[in-house]
Order: sequence, then structure tokens, then C-alpha cells
Amino acid sequence: MKRIQINHGRIIDPANGIDRIGNVYIADGKILSVASRPDGFDADIQIDANEQIVCPGFIDLSTRLREPGQSRKATIKSETLAAASAGVTTLCLQPDTMPVIDAPAVAELIKDLAEKAGYPQIHPIAALTQKLEGTELSAMLSLKQAGCIAVGHANEPVKNLLILRRAMEYAASHDLLLMLRPNDYWLGNNGCAHEGALATRYGLPSIPEAAETIALSQCLELAELTGCRVHFGQLSCKRSVIKIQQAKNDGLRVTANVAMHQLHLTENDMTPFDSAYHVLPPLRTEDDKQYLRLGVAAGTLDGICSDHQPHDLDAKLGAFPETEPGISALETLLPLLLKLVADGALTLPEGVAALTSKPAEILGLQRGALTPGLPADVCIFDPKAQWRVDADHWRSQGANTPYWGQTMQGLVTHTLQAGRVIHS
Amino acid sequence: MSAILQLTPEGKLKHFLTIEGLDKSLLTEILDLAESFAGMSDQQVKKVPILRGKTIVNLFFENSTRTRTTFELAAKRLSADVLSINIATSATSKGESLLDTIRNLEAMFVDMFVVRHALSGAAHFIAQQVAPHISVINAGDGQHAHPTQAMLDMFTIRQIKKDFAPLKVAIIGDILHSRVARSEIVALNALGVTEVRVIAPKTLLPAHVETLGVKVFYNLNEGLKDVDVVMMLRLQKERMSSALLPSESEYFKCFGLTEDKLKLAKPDAIVMHPGPINRGVEIDSKVADGPQSVILKQVSNGIAIRMAVMAMAMQPQGTSA
Amino acid sequence: MNPNHIDIPELIDQLADRLKTIIAERKLTNPLLIGIRTGGVWIAERLHQKLQIQEPLGLLDISFYRDDFSQIGMNPKVKPSQLPPQLEGRDIILIDDVFYTGRTIRAALNEIFDYGRPNQVVLAVLIERDGRQIPLAPDCAGIRIALNPGQRIKLTGPEPLSVHVELVKGAA
Repeated sequence: MKRIQINHGRIIDPANGIDRIGNVYIADGKILSVASRPDGFDADIQIDANEQIVCPGFIDLSTRLREPGQSRKATIKSETLAAASAGVTTLCLQPDTMPVIDAPAVAELIKDLAEKAGYPQIHPIAALTQKLEGTELSAMLSLKQAGCIAVGHANEPVKNLLILRRAMEYAASHDLLLMLRPNDYWLGNNGCAHEGALATRYGLPSIPEAAETIALSQCLELAELTGCRVHFGQLSCKRSVIKIQQAKNDGLRVTANVAMHQLHLTENDMTPFDSAYHVLPPLRTEDDKQYLRLGVAAGTLDGICSDHQPHDLDAKLGAFPETEPGISALETLLPLLLKLVADGALTLPEGVAALTSKPAEILGLQRGALTPGLPADVCIFDPKAQWRVDADHWRSQGANTPYWGQTMQGLVTHTLQAGRVIHS
Repeated sequence: MSAILQLTPEGKLKHFLTIEGLDKSLLTEILDLAESFAGMSDQQVKKVPILRGKTIVNLFFENSTRTRTTFELAAKRLSADVLSINIATSATSKGESLLDTIRNLEAMFVDMFVVRHALSGAAHFIAQQVAPHISVINAGDGQHAHPTQAMLDMFTIRQIKKDFAPLKVAIIGDILHSRVARSEIVALNALGVTEVRVIAPKTLLPAHVETLGVKVFYNLNEGLKDVDVVMMLRLQKERMSSALLPSESEYFKCFGLTEDKLKLAKPDAIVMHPGPINRGVEIDSKVADGPQSVILKQVSNGIAIRMAVMAMAMQPQGTSA
Repeated sequence: MNPNHIDIPELIDQLADRLKTIIAERKLTNPLLIGIRTGGVWIAERLHQKLQIQEPLGLLDISFYRDDFSQIGMNPKVKPSQLPPQLEGRDIILIDDVFYTGRTIRAALNEIFDYGRPNQVVLAVLIERDGRQIPLAPDCAGIRIALNPGQRIKLTGPEPLSVHVELVKGAA
């Protein structure tokens, strides 16, 4: 295993409260020191991190890599390349693959494909119910043993609360975390836009924020009842943040994340009927966006995810309501984080924490920090470098991003995963 | 942004997708041109050769005999070659994507598409995808817009009331699902009427509807006071089965336009309806056939407006002499 | 002759005389007078009086029949033509103010023939100028003039009628 020395970067390691210029020493795939040079350390590789930031590799709480089953859209190989170039060293994979991750064989297949792609740190999220149909429990223990890090339900509804209760009780009995995007199927009413002024103008079938907040409330009650640990994903509105804060105040063991694009885009940013802005949950109001930002700063929202959903061209070509929702979001994760910092919504260490130490805590991973002894997952980035979102720079197989053609600031120069350079 | 898509750099009409983004002078131009064409209807020769040699395709993904035939007639009166294609949604889901359908027709040297589709934004999407020389006219997309209907209604109002400025207009019915209502509201406000009102039960009003520039009434008697123009919307039967309304008779009791209710409006108020009418549900037969009703005028104005819009959108692009 | 010294009433008198001759020569029966908007109508109104024709004057608007639609597009304020419903077999006297390229008359003839097949059409114009582009010609003209390149001649009215020569904008 190579010995690596990262020189003179600004080390930001929120887990250990570090924010200073210094060197990082790596050997045997682990962090050796971020303070003084270990005796007799002789680097095989020296990385110059002058004027750059050195932080733990990012941990992404929600992504889709489209394999198995939808390789028309993307593959584990293409998307892990994108992830590596984005400084992401750990990915959580949503269960709505084809077939769904409801059998250990599927989880094992994914882990296998991950190894083959040279990116072993993919953590499948198991489906809570079989086929994500919301009726029968999946074999959660076997799935956990096959390497699934949590259970979840992707975008599918669990329409029956009794089943959700039982599923949560079962998950709790195996100490499994439930990662849920709260959405009431009936109130959502097959909408594609936020129920507000814009959807009214454009005549778009709409989703009230109550669809999220009601489902959230129900699940919070069930979390209290069942003792299941729940992590709520991709929250989109102010009232959801308030409910999470209330739940935490009441001592409930819940956490939450928000998708990066929800911290930047609102319904007003949508160019009319542009499917690049078609996402679920939908882009809501400026008020919601500001409150989500406050939520991250206050720690109510524990982490930020990319909610990466690459699509083939056809998925986005059609009248808005018939296009598939989702943004290819890995590679804009860092620039958008830096924009949050530039806007004054977060400090840089707070931002890094939302992508590293906090997700690690949520998932119970010994990662997301540059603690000596931990695997060396490191991200080195130039906060000033500008680059254009276009075919020359984009690695994801999905070009579906509203930022296409725009210039971004913030570029990852090196990514290390367990001490191996996976991007440079 | 809709203006950017619909207009040429010189501000001329290229596509006609929505009233949004079009200013009063352009809307007035459309009305004036339609007036020229309207004068032709009672003549022996109803055709003009303006669009001779051009091919117009009516692409109807949603069934509609009435709108389709008026577009056909309008195109023929401009001497264009017309092709009407009725694509039932089930066929599309089995076969071609929306985009493929367009591409195949483009390959046959088409100059203009008139599109009706069940999904909002379909016309915008098609306008963005077609070859640069092709124009797109929106004949109704989902719940978003039905701009030619709005224009023919504006034309009818102008014929009778002459000036838009002092008018109070009430739109009654299922605003939530109505592309006609949305286009009417934008057009009325762009043309500078005094007030636009919507009158409906809460279940049939979209969220934040006031942001469209309307005053909201849940009570017909209140909403009709002093109104110059009453626009009725059609109530579809599906609304009962999706728990939006209890029954047609209850709806008629609260929101149906009867002779008595009409008396609350101004004595010279006109009654409009985009059709087809549900007699005894949203409107009483006596009113629909009565002296204040201009429903048939709307129908005959439909051809002139569509001729105007097609002629304007088919205009040459690029620098003019 | 200097275009700015044209005596219009005199020209109209001359045209009326000339038309009386043609009506006799070509045996026009119950001729229908049609003026082309707008200048032609002003001339036609005066001829209509002088020739003492009973039947109302026909008004022709050729905007929809212009051959340059694909270059310059639509003029929104168009009044519809006013012609009797049947022109089949009629003798027509078509009147315009200025005959120049011939395209206006071609458009007018196209429109007239859409109404029916006339027996004959006689064309009378106040001013015939150089610059023909279509092989058509008036049967009688009040005056023939040649203009310099870049010049255009216009009739203004309806009261008083007068003729102006002006430079075309953007002419070389």
C-alpha cells in the first residue's frame, strides 16, 4: 500500500474540529497523521494541495446508479467514475433498481459490480417491502447480512399504515435504520409540480406540501411507537423542517437530509415546462428554500445528499408531466456547496460536515473524518477553479441537469478511497 | 420566456402557444386581422390565397370534433393544404413517442402543426423540438392554455362591448381543470379590463389563484353583481367521481346560471360559453338560448381568429424588406 | 411633364372620355366599376359620377392576394372587398391610381376571377409609370411618366386629390 503525503492544504475535518493549513500522512490505506510528520515517513506519492482544501471524502446519503436493470440510463461503472471525480467516496444506493433490492442476491450483485468498477464503497439500501409494493415485508435481516446499510422505500408509497408500522417494528428489531422520503400517495395525486402559484399558472398537476408533512407526521408517530430509527430523506419544505425540529426536541431519534438542489432552486427558477427542473419532491417556494438552508445551518437537517438520478435523453423528452423526474447531481455537489458558503448560508466547515461527518454519524460508519486509524477517504479540491458543465467535463451518463452549459466554481482535484487514488 | 419562444427577434408571432408573454398591441393585431377575415364569411368567395402551397397538420392527441373542424376550415380558407391526424392516447402509449410522431411528419415537409394534447406543456415541447421553419399553434394543452379560444372570446367581447377597459368579467365553473379559464384570465388582464372574477366552489379553484390577477368568489350571487360579461365553463362528469363535487344538481343550485341569477349582472351583460354546453348543469337552456347569449357568435368567430393566428404565425421569419 | 404639376381633375375628365369610347368600341354592357383600395377607389368614385353609372361602385382590397406575402407578411387592418356576389359574365372596368410593376393588377385579377369568370375586364389608371415587371398594361391611362431611379409616385386624398413624387427609403 502506497504511502501518500498531502502537502500544505487547508485541512477541514469537522469531526475532529480541525481547520488549519497542514499536511496529511497516509499509509496502508489509513490516515496516519494530520498533525506532525510521523517518524521515518517516506512518501511514495506527494500531492501538492497548496491553495486547496483537504477534507474527508464525501458520503452521499441518496443516489441512484441505475444498475442493475436500467443501464440505458447509467451504470455503476459510469456513475462511480462521476462520484470519484466529485469527491464522493461513499454512496448509498436507493432500492428501486430492477430487480428491486429485496433479495440478498441483488445486494451481492451490486457489491460485486462495485468491486469490479474499482469503487467498493457502495452501500445498498434494502427495500422495506418486497418489490417495493408495500404489502409484504422483505427479508431485512438477510439483506443486512448481505451488506445493506439500511432499509428504505425509494419513491414508492407504503399506502397502508399498519404495514408501515409492522415493517418499522421488524426493522427496529434488527437495529436497521429506515431511510424514508415522506410522501402521501393520495395527496400527491400523481402531481409533478409544487401546489402553488406557478403550477396554477402552468396548469400542472400539483403536489401540496401537505403530502410530505402529513406523511412525515405519520412516520414520526410510528417511530415513537415502534422505536425504529428513522432518517427522513430529501425534505423539501419549511413545515417539514419545523416538524423534525419538534421531534428532536421531544427526544425522538430521528435525522433528516435535504437534496442539494432544493437548497438552490425554487419553483420560480423553472423555465416554463423545462423537464430539467422536473424533480420529486418538487421545487417549492423561496420561503421553503431559505428555511431549508436555516435547517442545515442549525443542524435540524443533519446532512445534504445529492439525490443523484441520472436519466437517458428520452426520459426527459416530452411534455413536462410525462417526463421522468430527477437530476444528475453528483458532479455539481461541490460547486453548489461552495455557493451555499458564498451566500452566507453555511460556513465551509459546516458545509463539509453536512457531506461527511454528519452522514457518517447517521449511517453509523467509521468514515467521514480524517482521524488517524480510519480508512483514508480524502477529497482534495480547488475552491476557485471554474469549469463548465458540458460534455467535455461531465462524467455521469445522465446529462439531465438544469445546470447544463453553466459555469461552476469548485473542482475536485484528487479523491482517495481507502488510501487509493481513484481520481486525479 | 414564453415570449422568447413564441416570438421572432422582431417581435412577430412565430408560434402561438399561450397568451402569456404577448402584449396588448400584439393581441390587438390578432383581433384586427381576425376582423378582416370575419368580413369574408358572408361573401361568395370565402378563400384567400395567403397560405397556398403550405401544409398544415392538425395533430390532435385528444378528441375534439369542434375545434378540429374549425381549424380545418380556417386552414382551407387560407388555401393551405390540411391534414388532420387523430391520435388516440392509447395508440401513442403503444407506439410512437410524441417526439417520433413529430419527426415523422416533419419529414413530409410540413409547415405548421396545430396541436391538442392532454398534457400541459406539450405545445411548448413540440415548439422547442421542431425544425426552425415550422410553426406550432396550441389548440389546447392539458390544463395549461387554449389561446385561440381565449382570442375568439376576446373578439366576441370586442364586437359587442367595443372597449375592454370598463369591463367586469366573471368566469364561472371548474377553473382548476380549465385551460380555457387560464388563457381567458391572461388575455383579459393583458387587454386591460377593470376586473376579472372567478366564481367556483373551493374544490374547483387552483391554489393561489389570486396570483393570476383575479378576484375570488365562492358565491354566485355575490360574484355576478354588476358584471358585464359572464363566461361559463363546462363541468365535466369526472369531477363528481373524483370527490370534487357531490352532484350535478347541487352544482346547478349553487353555480348554475339561470335567468334569475343573470338578472344580478348588468342588464346588458352578455353570456358566453366555450362549448359544448351541459344544459341544466352549468347553464339553463333559457339563458343559453336567450337574448343575452352570444354562444353562437363565439362559434362563428372561431374560424376568423384561427385564420388570423395561422396567417400571422406563418409569416416570414428573419429580416423583412 | 413635371409630375408635380399634374392637373388631376383634367386627367379624370380625359379618362372618363376615353372610357366612354372604349365602352362603345368594345360593346361593354352594364359595366361594373371596381376601384382598387385605396387610391384607385378615390379615382373610381369620381369616374363613377362622371360615367353616371347606377350600380354601386365595387371596392377591391388586394392585401390577401399580394404575391409578396412570404417576404413582407400581413397588414392587419384590412377591410374586406365589397363586390356583388356574382361576377360571372360581367363586363368590368377596373380602376387604379398608379400602374407600376403590374403586380397589383395581377392580384386584383386573381381576386376578381375567384368571384367568377367575367366577360371582359378593362383597366383604367390615372398614372402609368415606367418599371413594368409583369406583362400587363392598362387599356387607358390619364398620363404616362418616367421617373428617376429611387423615385416613387403617390396619390394622396380623398380631398383634395394630389400627386407627390418622393424618394423611396433606403434606395441606393
